[in-house]
Amino acid sequence: MTKETREVYVFGTCLIDLLRPEAGMAALRLLERAGFHPIFPQAQSCCGQPAFNSGYRREARAVARAQLTAFTRELPVVVPSASCAGMIRNHWPALFAGEPEETQARALAARTFELCEFLDRAGLVLQDRGESVRVALHHSCSARRETRTTASAERLLTQLSGVECLAPAHAEECCGFGGTFAIKQDALSAAMADSKCDALLATGAERLISQDAGCLLHLQGRLARRGDALPVQHIAEFLWERIA
Amino acid sequence: MNVPGPMTALRARVREALGKAPVRRNFRAAMDGIRAKRADALPDATDFAQRRARTAAIRARALARLPELLERLEQRLEANGIRVHWAEDAAQANAIVLDLLRQAGARSVIKGKSMVSEEIGLNDVLGEAGIAVVESDLGEYIVQLAGEPPSHIVAPAIHKNRHEVATLFQAHHPQREATEDIEGLTAEARQVLRARFAQADAGISGVNFLVAETGTLVLVENEGNGRLSTSAPPLHIAITGIEKVIERLDELPPLLDLLTRSATGQPITTYVNFISGPRRADELDGPREVHLVLLDNGRARIHADPLFADTLRCIRCGACINHCPVYVQVGGHAYGSVYPGPIGALLEPQRLGLEAGGSLTSACTLCGACGDVCPVAIPLPGLINQLRAEGVEPRTDSPLPDAGRLRHRGEALLWRLWAAIYAHPRRYRWLARLLTALRRLAPRRLGAWTRWREAPRPAARDLHRLAREAGFSDE
Ligand code: SF4
Repeated sequence: MTKETREVYVFGTCLIDLLRPEAGMAALRLLERAGFHPIFPQAQSCCGQPAFNSGYRREARAVARAQLTAFTRELPVVVPSASCAGMIRNHWPALFAGEPEETQARALAARTFELCEFLDRAGLVLQDRGESVRVALHHSCSARRETRTTASAERLLTQLSGVECLAPAHAEECCGFGGTFAIKQDALSAAMADSKCDALLATGAERLISQDAGCLLHLQGRLARRGDALPVQHIAEFLWERIA
Repeated sequence: MNVPGPMTALRARVREALGKAPVRRNFRAAMDGIRAKRADALPDATDFAQRRARTAAIRARALARLPELLERLEQRLEANGIRVHWAEDAAQANAIVLDLLRQAGARSVIKGKSMVSEEIGLNDVLGEAGIAVVESDLGEYIVQLAGEPPSHIVAPAIHKNRHEVATLFQAHHPQREATEDIEGLTAEARQVLRARFAQADAGISGVNFLVAETGTLVLVENEGNGRLSTSAPPLHIAITGIEKVIERLDELPPLLDLLTRSATGQPITTYVNFISGPRRADELDGPREVHLVLLDNGRARIHADPLFADTLRCIRCGACINHCPVYVQVGGHAYGSVYPGPIGALLEPQRLGLEAGGSLTSACTLCGACGDVCPVAIPLPGLINQLRAEGVEPRTDSPLPDAGRLRHRGEALLWRLWAAIYAHPRRYRWLARLLTALRRLAPRRLGAWTRWREAPRPAARDLHRLAREAGFSDE
């Protein structure tokens, strides 16, 4: 394959951009390791999901539209978040239905991939260099039901010889983040976080990893408030740390 | 006013429910049990996807021809000797039932399970008219004794544990020996109810499916109470929503199969009742009169709305409720609506209007669990999210009551501001620079977020900057 065809866009997501940039950097490095040439358009910001899930579709569209002009070349768009990848892939076509950018939005949706999915399909080989560690993998609802890419994450992790990957009880259940839900129904959100934290801690894992920074932000904040010491990491950071 | 009343009330009910720790543990275990049964009954996702494509198509076909099928249904039912009554709203439906009971001189009624009767508040109306109503479904009987509404559409007393039921029974059946085991409690209810069946002047029931081509009312249940309620008393009044109709009898088996597997994990219920008319001249039992009350109560309006008409495909299996991570935390009463859980969050705002029901859409993380298990493939999360949009930025021709009424100036302004920054790369870069530069000044308190969680702190350098500095190209 030529260098040209190995180029990929990275959509870093707004949460990772401002709160967990290490995860975005790890994604870029992993893509390089997989033989790609990642491009990070500086004009990107957010997929529009926060407003979309709050009912403010016009605002969501305005922000999504700005991304369309940042990712114009016909390259795959790789997103280190199942939730944002799912937003683009599954909801942009409807968000732009009847708008002048509909075709463009559909095309972009069709070439958007969640990071683990993309790396897994690309056949990235991971050589584990880390100490043995037990991690709990929290599958976000987006990875499970929007992008359906939980298996990709698991396949990548099983390549790591020193990593024991543990699934919490009620693994299929939402952690209670839900974007603005975390604020609008804060008590409920916290109760759901508590159920999830209890289940995660019960695995005996030394670290918590996930494909979504949103869940991690919420769980990390709750764990800290509860006084539980369970370090959290985005899966990209974790993978990169193991092989770097 | 910034916060609407229903939202505040919902949050208060949620907090109250969350405060009941022991009840929550029991409840969680019960819900896990139901989920496990459904999983065992539908183990293969591909197989389920194929089956539900068929059931969804059957329901969609029926809804596409709703007026025609209802007309046919009425003809067939009347030919079978079942009298049909149309009710536009709850008041009309209640009046029809009351009228029928009065004409028959009925003083006591035995009832099978019916969520539609809950929807119209029938028990209260009959009670006020001096007609004694006894619920014959065990779960309904329990909540009736407790003076509570059902907390689940299939398992009305799922929020009560064995001890609570025992206490309740002791208070209401003082002549009987106290027991706490489930067998004993069930037997007790059965014996108390037997006497009621024999005495009842009329039976009232719900309906699961209406078959247009044969004029049949189909009712599934596990306790035999439905059969007794509909056959022992001389008068049977069935009540249901107009959306329950299907065209043909051969469409029924796939629907029943997925209904019971989704609801309770059973391949079939203990009783499947086909009611096709009153007692005939040569028959020894069965009611002398059978009536069907067909309720609209907003359904025709929902049916006419292309965006939300799929809501009416619902066969009330309760699977969405059972798999809802919110419901499992707080139970059905916290919703404060007749229909709880995801189907409630979808149906109630449409039925009651967004002003009264719209807050229910906030009790949802859009996790998607409900949409995955729905046996008629209703895209619940997508529609619930769409309802949020109708609350704040409605379609110009939105037929939803109170469309746009959930828009509040402060919130709308925040989103506009957000868009004004995030839709403009330069402004967004400025914001990022500002937040990263001032990260040490980031507030440790962030309203509702930090009521329960520690505040995140912006990174020292954002990803845009890190990527650029590391030499990743821009285009
Ligand atoms: S919406 Fe679907 S899952 Fe929920 S009760 Fe109706 S049919 Fe069952």
